[in-house]
Amino acid sequence: MEHLFIIFFGVVIVNNVVLTKFLGLCPFFGVSRELRSAFSMGLAVIFVMTIASIVTWTVNRYLLVPFQMEFLKTIVFILVIATLVQFVELVIARVSPVLQRVLGIYLPLITTNCAVLGVCLINIKEDFNLIETIVYGFGGGVGFMLAICIMAGIRERLSLARVPAAMQGFPISFIIGCLMALSFFGFQGFFSH
Amino acid sequence: MGFGQEFTKGILRENPTFKLVLGICPTLAVTTSLENGIGMGLATMFVLLGSNVFIALLRNFIPDKVRIPAFIVIISTFVTIVDLVMAAYAPDLHAALGIFIPLIVVNCIIMGRAEAFASKSGVWPSIADALGMGVGFTLALSIISVIREVLGNGTILGFPVMFADYSPAVIMILPPGAFLTMGLLLGLFNFWTRRKTQ
Repeated sequence: MEHLFIIFFGVVIVNNVVLTKFLGLCPFFGVSRELRSAFSMGLAVIFVMTIASIVTWTVNRYLLVPFQMEFLKTIVFILVIATLVQFVELVIARVSPVLQRVLGIYLPLITTNCAVLGVCLINIKEDFNLIETIVYGFGGGVGFMLAICIMAGIRERLSLARVPAAMQGFPISFIIGCLMALSFFGFQGFFSH
Repeated sequence: MGFGQEFTKGILRENPTFKLVLGICPTLAVTTSLENGIGMGLATMFVLLGSNVFIALLRNFIPDKVRIPAFIVIISTFVTIVDLVMAAYAPDLHAALGIFIPLIVVNCIIMGRAEAFASKSGVWPSIADALGMGVGFTLALSIISVIREVLGNGTILGFPVMFADYSPAVIMILPPGAFLTMGLLLGLFNFWTRRKTQ
């Protein structure tokens, strides 16, 4: 149990997917203009990342490894994720119109979100078992949501600040990213002993 | 536009990193040293070239509705080739770039060029486009990684370049340094373009 908590805490705070592993930066900068859409994007990522972790782990364990086709990992995983996103979209449209209204436009974007594929690949690289994979996938999503919501909160406040003309938009967002990464860096000492 | 113009547009006017701000994940993640930056740039250029050529050749055979999955399969084939070749001939570089090699698949530059250019143009313009974008991306990665390696480690390609008692600012090769370098460079390029138009 303690071991699972360490994996979860590690991926959410200490080795945050966005701020220390540099995964999913496109939505991190692209969809962080307002807090509400950032929150929906975060929810969609948590949802897809958890399911994608489970499915790709299963595919790898019971299909690729027995037939010695690990070299096809990249192709198979990206196709599995793309199919999965479409499937989730269909299911959500049928089951819950509310959820569809919240996540709707963000789901298709997730196919090319490198955080999802990245987390699935890390699961395999770290040789996690199924439970650890679920915790890591879910934690990765929570970490992404945490980072993008903090970013959106700061950027909403930023509209009141006087930013130099040349630094408006992307440049100032990267500087904010720098300060966030710096503060998350303070958690690095947690696991040293 | 001729071959030369298609080639040069990716280097300055439509530079994928500084002008279009695409493919930021590898840009920030692997630029801790110039060697890694160039390695990543060349790997991406190879995938871009392969996918642009094949998509341009197959553009009349791929049905419009399934074009995105078809593009993904073509792109990931070339990524797998790069992954295996690099693991065999440059194992150190392969280990340093880590999961960012398979993640070339989801680099938005490649998908963007496939969708916006190669699926609508012939083979020759697509080759020029891929080479130009690839060189532009490699140059951008080199600029960022030179700054980070010199300030953060005091070296270029492993050779010491700073004066003898220079103490490296390690923060530059850690994650915050990546965001800082990229933010300041983007601001600088914005400043130049605004000045030129005024």
